[in-house]
Amino acid sequence: MIPAADSALRPARRRLGSGAVIIARRNPLTPAVTFMLAFDAGSAFDPPSHPGLAAFTARMIDRGTADLSADDLAEEIEGRGASVEVTCNRQSLIVACTCLVDDFETLLTLVARMAHAPAFSLDQIELRRHETLTRLAQDRENTGTLATARFFERLYGERHPYAHAPRGTSDAIETLTRADLFAFHQARVRPALLTAAVVGDLDERAACDALEAALGGWPDADAPDRILPPVSPPALRDLSVIRVPGKAQADIAYGFLGPGRLDSGYYAFWVMNTVLGQFGMGGRLGENIRERQGMAYYAYSSYDAHRIPGPLLVRAGVDPGNVERTIAAIDLEVTRIATHGITPEERADAVRYLAGSIPRLLETNAGIAQFLISLEQFGLGDDFDQRLPALLSSVTVDEASAAASALDPARAVVAIAGP
Amino acid sequence: MPSPERRLSQLDNGLTVIIQPSHASRLISVWAWYRVGSGDERAGQTGISHWVEHMNFKGTARLSREEMTGIVERHGGFWNGYTWVDQTTYVSTAHRDALDDLLLLESERMSACRYDADECESERTVIISELQGCENDPDQVLETEVTATAMKVHPYRHPTIGWRGDLETMTRDDLVGHYSRYYAPDNAAVVIAGDVDPDDAVSHVANAFGRIRPSAVNAPPRTAEPEQPGERRVSVERPGTVGYLKLAHHAPAFAHDDFPPMLVLDAVLTGAKGLNLWCSFRPQSAQRRSRLYRALVEQSLASGVQGACLPTRDAFLYYISMTAAEGVPVEAVEQAASEAIADLIRQGTTVDEVERARRQLHARMVFEGDSVTNIAHQAGYFHTLGALEAYDALPARLARVTADDVDRVAGAYLRASNRTIGMLHPASPAAPLRLRGPAGALPLRAPVPAVS
Repeated sequence: MIPAADSALRPARRRLGSGAVIIARRNPLTPAVTFMLAFDAGSAFDPPSHPGLAAFTARMIDRGTADLSADDLAEEIEGRGASVEVTCNRQSLIVACTCLVDDFETLLTLVARMAHAPAFSLDQIELRRHETLTRLAQDRENTGTLATARFFERLYGERHPYAHAPRGTSDAIETLTRADLFAFHQARVRPALLTAAVVGDLDERAACDALEAALGGWPDADAPDRILPPVSPPALRDLSVIRVPGKAQADIAYGFLGPGRLDSGYYAFWVMNTVLGQFGMGGRLGENIRERQGMAYYAYSSYDAHRIPGPLLVRAGVDPGNVERTIAAIDLEVTRIATHGITPEERADAVRYLAGSIPRLLETNAGIAQFLISLEQFGLGDDFDQRLPALLSSVTVDEASAAASALDPARAVVAIAGP
Repeated sequence: MPSPERRLSQLDNGLTVIIQPSHASRLISVWAWYRVGSGDERAGQTGISHWVEHMNFKGTARLSREEMTGIVERHGGFWNGYTWVDQTTYVSTAHRDALDDLLLLESERMSACRYDADECESERTVIISELQGCENDPDQVLETEVTATAMKVHPYRHPTIGWRGDLETMTRDDLVGHYSRYYAPDNAAVVIAGDVDPDDAVSHVANAFGRIRPSAVNAPPRTAEPEQPGERRVSVERPGTVGYLKLAHHAPAFAHDDFPPMLVLDAVLTGAKGLNLWCSFRPQSAQRRSRLYRALVEQSLASGVQGACLPTRDAFLYYISMTAAEGVPVEAVEQAASEAIADLIRQGTTVDEVERARRQLHARMVFEGDSVTNIAHQAGYFHTLGALEAYDALPARLARVTADDVDRVAGAYLRASNRTIGMLHPASPAAPLRLRGPAGALPLRAPVPAVS
């Protein structure tokens, strides 16, 4: 028996004339607030000529506005002990702020201004360009980053918007201009593509009023969403190796495409992946590779679904002499689950774990805000946290096993980075 | 910030029980803390506390290896453990209905772990794999070298994961001996935060742990680190293109009167961090008004700078870590950092800087209380240091810090003769890995999240 969530989140929610959706939820645990502005402006929307433009735009958001210098902004934020982080993944550019509740309205006004009217000053562009090039150099020495980046590139195909890493390439970063930043900002960082969530020790209606006031001077018209192209995964096994001298360990990234977030098979695939690479010490993969063979500190699989098919990604870090044995073990476990499916006990454990995890996901202000934004982005409804346990419980052993049957080592993408 | 509702008691067998009610959700977080870490290890057995922690997920008299994690996850719970210099700890966070199962797990872990010979051998290679992952990270390699150079005699000099030679030679008997010696109720604390009634929770803890006998743990003495007679240097070369610089200054223990002004000094130099090593795994945003950010990153000499003033039982190190910007020699970063630090010592801090730092620290400590997991961690962590009262008093201690206090500790702890400078120079890919300085290698950033 899976218990329903103790109470539905049911946040306050408004859609503004500009198209922005604003959401607020009270959480009285601490006198603090987290708010997030999530724009549909991730690296999947980089122009093909400039991989990394979205992420670079994110790195420039907090570096000055039309009327406040970068130093002034930093003083306003850091002087209050607040934290502002701007991140960029493949789908979204997210401005997140955590502050004391007494500073909420001041910081909200400031952050909205940052998102609306960044200065993109030339000196800050050069500073951030230099930093980003160093980070890209560090990425080229990181076996985990290299293996994962190669995996995405081969899984989605070089021309697909999901193929490149959000941070982009050194060549693109070296050549991007202030005009490129303004063009991307105008196209994607706009209210019609914004979901904003506020969570903390404040009244929900007052929080919505504050959000509406802070974003009210930012008009917009409907922005057509860019349709991402379909994905054609490799028909044959695709294995590649990246040599990184001087490293003690090799990293393996191995996997397939799974369903999209709104596909009918999503929940069955989620349950199946929990059995394969999550439950306990990394599911069946961790049991084989770490617990029985002692080959890796970490061996697990993750599944991250978006509007398009998302990756099931197996990761393991192993001694360079154990790479072939580890890949053979992954092949074996994938074949086993694809051929024989999962057991009723495994299905019950996975469903109880996933359903029971919901209160933990919704404990912190940041966790609640992220959850509310995902509900909005995928149209899941305000009572989704209460409906989710039943959705998971409805997954049968046969459905989860059928989800596994699509996994075929002969079609796996495998990337290895190591000495 | 002591909570008026927090309940601290002790069972007859010496087990400390700390209950911190919080009813914002129906979650509970249960932590078991042991006063043993890499600071209690002797030569030949470095890394044993961390290895024992791994073994304590491998099955008990009543619970199989699978059940030790399954018992938590079937409640939708989260589990983990870590080992660091002064402590080993285990955590489970789940729905309040899981309380008895989580306490059963921890009572079994305290008294009935199996230590099957095959499992000990299998875990040896898992830990060596973990160590290899650390070796892949140039910053961690440098940290290990710098720490072992700065600390000559105190056991904090050893990496928590251990030196490779010890990991290759320790035996099952060593592991069992360490477990038997330190895993006892009079060397432990159980902390519960969340949706519980304090009296009821204490009675559940007594039911689960009351039968376990105390062992009068007698940890070996730790040799005090003598005053450093002059500046030390260590250099590492590795294939790559990015250089790293790390400064380590001998620094006061958490309970020392100089620790609060050191926290403020760190905030002035690199920006405020909180004091929760558990949630400090979250990325910290850059503090752009801090002195070293302005001197290094804004001048395009470094791509990042971080300070770490860590709460420990004994005096340890205050680290400042920098990543050289691409094409910038590490020596140029060192020169600029040294000049910025010398300026601070010479000219002192301003009242505005100290005020800003205190506001930042206050906010970070509020943010750290955002979950029952974090609340329970802080109570257990500082109790294990023997410094829970000092932690409760920290806001008041910070409020008393003046600019003069900060200037005094800057002069005392940041002077050249008190520091070790570590440089990692990128070498051409053809060059073999070469370490210069103390023998050995191998890192562990603190604390070590061990199992997940």
